[in-house]
Amino acid sequence: MPTLVFDGIAYGMLLFILAVGLSVTLGLMNFINLAHGAFAMLGGYLTVAFTQRLGVPFVPAILLAFLATGLVGAVLERLLYRPMYQRSHLDQVLFSIGLVFMSVAATDWLVGSQQQNIHLPGWLQGRSEFGEGALGMGHYRLFIIAVCALLVLGLQAILSRTRFGARLRASVDDARVAAGLGIDVNRVFSLTFAVGSGLAGLGGALGAEVLGLDPSFPLKFLVYFLIVVAVGGTSSVTGPLLAALLLGLADVGGKYFIPKLGAFIVYALIIALLLWRPNGLFSRGGSGR
Amino acid sequence: MWNAPRPILAVSSVRVSAARRRLLAGAVCLGFALPSMAQDTAFRIGLILPMTGPFASTGKQLEAGVRLYLAQNGDMAGGRKITLIVKDDTGAPDVTKRIAQELVVNDKVQVLAGFGLTPLAFASAPVATQSKTPMVVMAAATSSITEASPWIVRSSFTVPQVVTALADWAAKNNIRKVVSLVTDYAPGIDSEKYFSQRFTTNGGQVLETLRVPLRSPDFAPFLQKVRDAHPDALFTFVPAGVGTALMKQFAERGLDKAGIRVIAEGSVTDDDILNGMGDGVLGTVTAHHYSAAHDSAVNRRFVQAFMKANPGMRPNFMAVGGYDGMRVIHEAIKSTRGAGGEALLAAMKGQIFESPRGPMFIDAQTRDVVHNVYIRRVERVKGELWNTEIETIADVKDPGKAR
Amino acid sequence: MLLATDRWRERLIVGFLFAVAFGLPWLMPSRALFVAETASVALFALSLDLVLGYAGIVSLGHAAFFGVGAYAAGLFAKLVMPDPLTGLAVGIAVAALMGLACSLTILRGSDLTRIMVTLALSLLLYELANRFDAITGGADGLQGMAMGPLLGRFEFDLQGQVPATYALAVLFLALLLVQWVVRSPLGATLLAVRDNPLRAAAVGIPVASRLAFAYAFGAALAGAAGALVAQTSGFVSLEVFSIERSADVLLMLVIGGAGWVYGGVLGAVAFKVLNELVAGITPQYWTFWMGLFLLAIGLLGRERVLRPWALWQRPSTKAVR
Repeated sequence: MPTLVFDGIAYGMLLFILAVGLSVTLGLMNFINLAHGAFAMLGGYLTVAFTQRLGVPFVPAILLAFLATGLVGAVLERLLYRPMYQRSHLDQVLFSIGLVFMSVAATDWLVGSQQQNIHLPGWLQGRSEFGEGALGMGHYRLFIIAVCALLVLGLQAILSRTRFGARLRASVDDARVAAGLGIDVNRVFSLTFAVGSGLAGLGGALGAEVLGLDPSFPLKFLVYFLIVVAVGGTSSVTGPLLAALLLGLADVGGKYFIPKLGAFIVYALIIALLLWRPNGLFSRGGSGR
Repeated sequence: MWNAPRPILAVSSVRVSAARRRLLAGAVCLGFALPSMAQDTAFRIGLILPMTGPFASTGKQLEAGVRLYLAQNGDMAGGRKITLIVKDDTGAPDVTKRIAQELVVNDKVQVLAGFGLTPLAFASAPVATQSKTPMVVMAAATSSITEASPWIVRSSFTVPQVVTALADWAAKNNIRKVVSLVTDYAPGIDSEKYFSQRFTTNGGQVLETLRVPLRSPDFAPFLQKVRDAHPDALFTFVPAGVGTALMKQFAERGLDKAGIRVIAEGSVTDDDILNGMGDGVLGTVTAHHYSAAHDSAVNRRFVQAFMKANPGMRPNFMAVGGYDGMRVIHEAIKSTRGAGGEALLAAMKGQIFESPRGPMFIDAQTRDVVHNVYIRRVERVKGELWNTEIETIADVKDPGKAR
Repeated sequence: MLLATDRWRERLIVGFLFAVAFGLPWLMPSRALFVAETASVALFALSLDLVLGYAGIVSLGHAAFFGVGAYAAGLFAKLVMPDPLTGLAVGIAVAALMGLACSLTILRGSDLTRIMVTLALSLLLYELANRFDAITGGADGLQGMAMGPLLGRFEFDLQGQVPATYALAVLFLALLLVQWVVRSPLGATLLAVRDNPLRAAAVGIPVASRLAFAYAFGAALAGAAGALVAQTSGFVSLEVFSIERSADVLLMLVIGGAGWVYGGVLGAVAFKVLNELVAGITPQYWTFWMGLFLLAIGLLGRERVLRPWALWQRPSTKAVR
C-alpha cells in the first residue's frame, strides 16, 4: 500500500513537470498551446541524443535538454507564437495542432518511429525496500520526486519573492494595467514562455524512461496535460501540482484496485470534478464565477 | 466510345485509360488527383499499411520486407511487371476499407496486402469477398481473421499458435502459477484467452488476468499487483514498443529479484528495438515464429540484405511477414502467368517453402500459415541483444481453428 | 437586414455546388467513395458548427456522438433489421438523446473546461465500448452488419455510387434543416447566447435550455454522420470515438470558419481533398504538410491562405450574421 502511494506521487509529479509549463502559458497569456507536448518530446529526444551520441552523463544531459528546449521555445515564441496571442482560441488551436502534426512527422522522418530508450546511470537504477517490502521506492522515481520538489520550491520562490515574479503576477492579473505601469509585458511573456517550454523539455527528458518516447508522444499525452491544467486551474503553481498528484494517485490506485475499469474511473472523476468546480479544483475563482 | 466493341482486352484498356486521362485533367482542376496509372500490363498490388500514427513502425517494417523481396527477386513475374501501390490508412478501419475499395475499383489491383492491425483486416475482408480479390494479411494476428473472408491468406502468424506453445513450455519448466498482463486490444485479449486455457489444461493456475489500456503510460500499478500476487512467472503480451517500458519497470520494481520470471509473446522482445532495451530484458523467455537470430543460411542472407537496404533497422517479425507475403504473391503470379482472382488464390494455397523464419506453408484448407514456433531467450551475443532460440516446436497449426 | 437578391444568389451558388457534387459519383465513378466519405465528414463538421459556431461550446470530444450514432446504426442493422433509412433514424435518435443528457455537462465553465469535459466524455465512451465487447465487438470492431438496399431498391455497390448519393442527400437535407433553424428566431437567440450569455439571460432568453437544444441538435447530426459512415463502410470500430476524429473535425470546422452554415462543409472538403492529395504524394509524412497548412491558416488567417475563395464567398458570410 505505501508503495502504491509512493508510485502515485512520483507519477503525479512527473505529470506536473510535464504540464506546469502549459498551465503557465495558459494562465498567463490565455493561450491554448496544444503543442506543449512537442516541446516535451524535443526534450526527450535531445536527452537520448546527448547521452547516447555525445556521451554526456545523464544529469547534465537533462539540464542541457531543459536549456535547449527553453531556447527553442524562446525562438518560436518570438517568431510564431507572439502574433497568435491576440487571435481567437480557435485559431490558436489550429495553429498549435498544426505545429504538433509537423513535429510528429518531422521526428518520424529524422529519427524514425521506433521507441527510444534512455540509459540511466547505475545510481538511478534499482530500488530500496523498507519494512518487508511494504514500501519499495525505485531510485529513479525518488529522483523524479526530488527534482519536482526542487522545482516547486524554486518556482514558488521566484513567483513570490523576486521582482520578476511580481511583474509576472501583475501581468497575469491584468496585462494592460501592468503595461501601463511600465512593465515590459512582452519580455515577461517571452521569458515565461521559454521557461515553460524548457520545463516541458525537462519533463520529457525525465518522463521518457517511464512513459516511453516515440513520435506520437505529443498527441498521446495531450489529454494528461489538459487534465492537469483544467483540474488544477491556471492561477497558481500549487493548483496544477495538487491536480497532478490527485491524477497520479487516482490513476495508480484505480489501476491497482479495479484494473478492469482503470481508465474509465479517471475520466469519470474528471467530469465529476469539472462539473463541481468548472474553473478548476484549486482556482481562486471558485465555482460561482 | 464507352460502348465500343472490345476487340482485344489490351486495346480496350488503353482506350479506357485515354478517357481516364481526359477525366483526370478535369479532376485536377477540381482539386482531385488520381493515382498515376501504371502500364496496363502491370500486375498491381495494393499495399495498405499504417504508416502514420502509433503503429507507424509496423508499416515501416512491413514495407521494407515487401520491397526487399521484390529487390531480390525482381519485379517481373509470369511475364507481368509487378507494381506496388502503397497507401497509408493511419490505422483507422473505415479508411482502410475505403482505400481497399478504391484500390480494387479504381486501380484494378489484383491483390490486396498489408493490414497492420486486426480491425483493419476485418473491415476490409468484405471488399475482398465482394470483389473476389485475394487479400494477403501480412501482420494482423488474431486467429479468426482468415475466417472473415474465403479470399484471405495469411503470411504473418496467429497469436494462439505462439502462446499455446509458450503455455506448454511453461508447464514443463516448473511454472505453476502465473499472472497474465496484456494490452487491452484484440491480440492481447486473444493471447490472454488462449494462454490461460492451455495453461490451465496443463494443470497450471492463472492467479490474475490484468489488461493494460492501449494508451496507458505507466505500468507501475499493474506490476505492483503482479508482485503482490507472488506468481512463478508473469505472462505478458504488449505491442512492440511498449515492451521496453514494461521490461524496464519490471526490473526496476525488483520483480526479477522476487523470483518472478517473465514469459512473453514474442512481440515484447521485438527485434526492431530489442538491442535498445537494455540488460533488464536479459533472460526473458518468449515464444514466437521468427527471430532475427534464427540460425539458417536463408535467414542470414535475409538479415544481411535487410540491414544493408535499411540502415539502422533490424528486421523483425513484421518484416518477415511482409517478405514472405510478397513471396507467396510473387510465386502465385509466376505459376498462374498473371491470372488473378480464383486461380491466383488457388496458387497461393498450399505453398511450401523455406522462409527466413524456417520452414513454413500456407494451409490449403484454412489459408492460414503453418510454421515452427520457437521458444527463445534474450541473450547478449557479440555485444548485442538477440532472441536466441532454445527450443523448436515444429509445424504448429493455428489452435484457434482446431474447434 | 438581408437583401432578397443576396439570398437568391446564395441559393444559386449552393444549389449549383450540390448539383456538381451529386453528379460527381456518376461522372467520375473512381472518386465516388471519396465523395461518400467527404459528405459524411462534412455532415459531422456541420454538426459541430451548431455546437461551436452557434452555441459557442468548444468541444474536443464531438466524436462521442458520432460514435454513438455509428454503434447504434451498426447494432440496429446487425440485430434488428438491415434497412438503412430506419437505421439512420435510430442512429440520430440515440445520439440526440445522448446529446440531451450530456448537455448537462457543458452548461458552465471556460473554453478549457469544456474542452476537457467533452474530451473526457468521448474517452469514457471509448472505454465503455471496449469494456462491453460482447455487444460492440470490442477492439476487433463490430462485424456482421448486413446492409439492405436503400429504399428497398438500391444496393450499396462496391464502386460507391449509391453510398455517395445517399450521403450527399442526407448532408443536403441536414444543411437545409440547419439553415432553417439558424435563421429562425430560435437561431437568433442562440447567437445572442453565444455572444453574451449574461446579456441574453437578462433579456429573458432561457440560456440553459438553448444550449441544451443546440448541443442535442448537434449531437443528432453527428449521430447521423456516424450512422452514415457505419452503413456505407459496413463496419464500426472503437476508432469512431478516438480523439483524433474529434480533433480532425474541429480542425475542419475552424478551417472553413465556424458560425456560418457552410463553414463546416467547406472546411471538410478542403481538409479531405488536401489530405488525399498530400497523402497520395507522401504516404508517410503527409501529416507534416497538413500541419504546415494548419499552422499557416492559424498564423496568417483563413482569408489570406484561401484568398480567392474567401473573397468570393464574403457576401454570404455577411448574410448569415
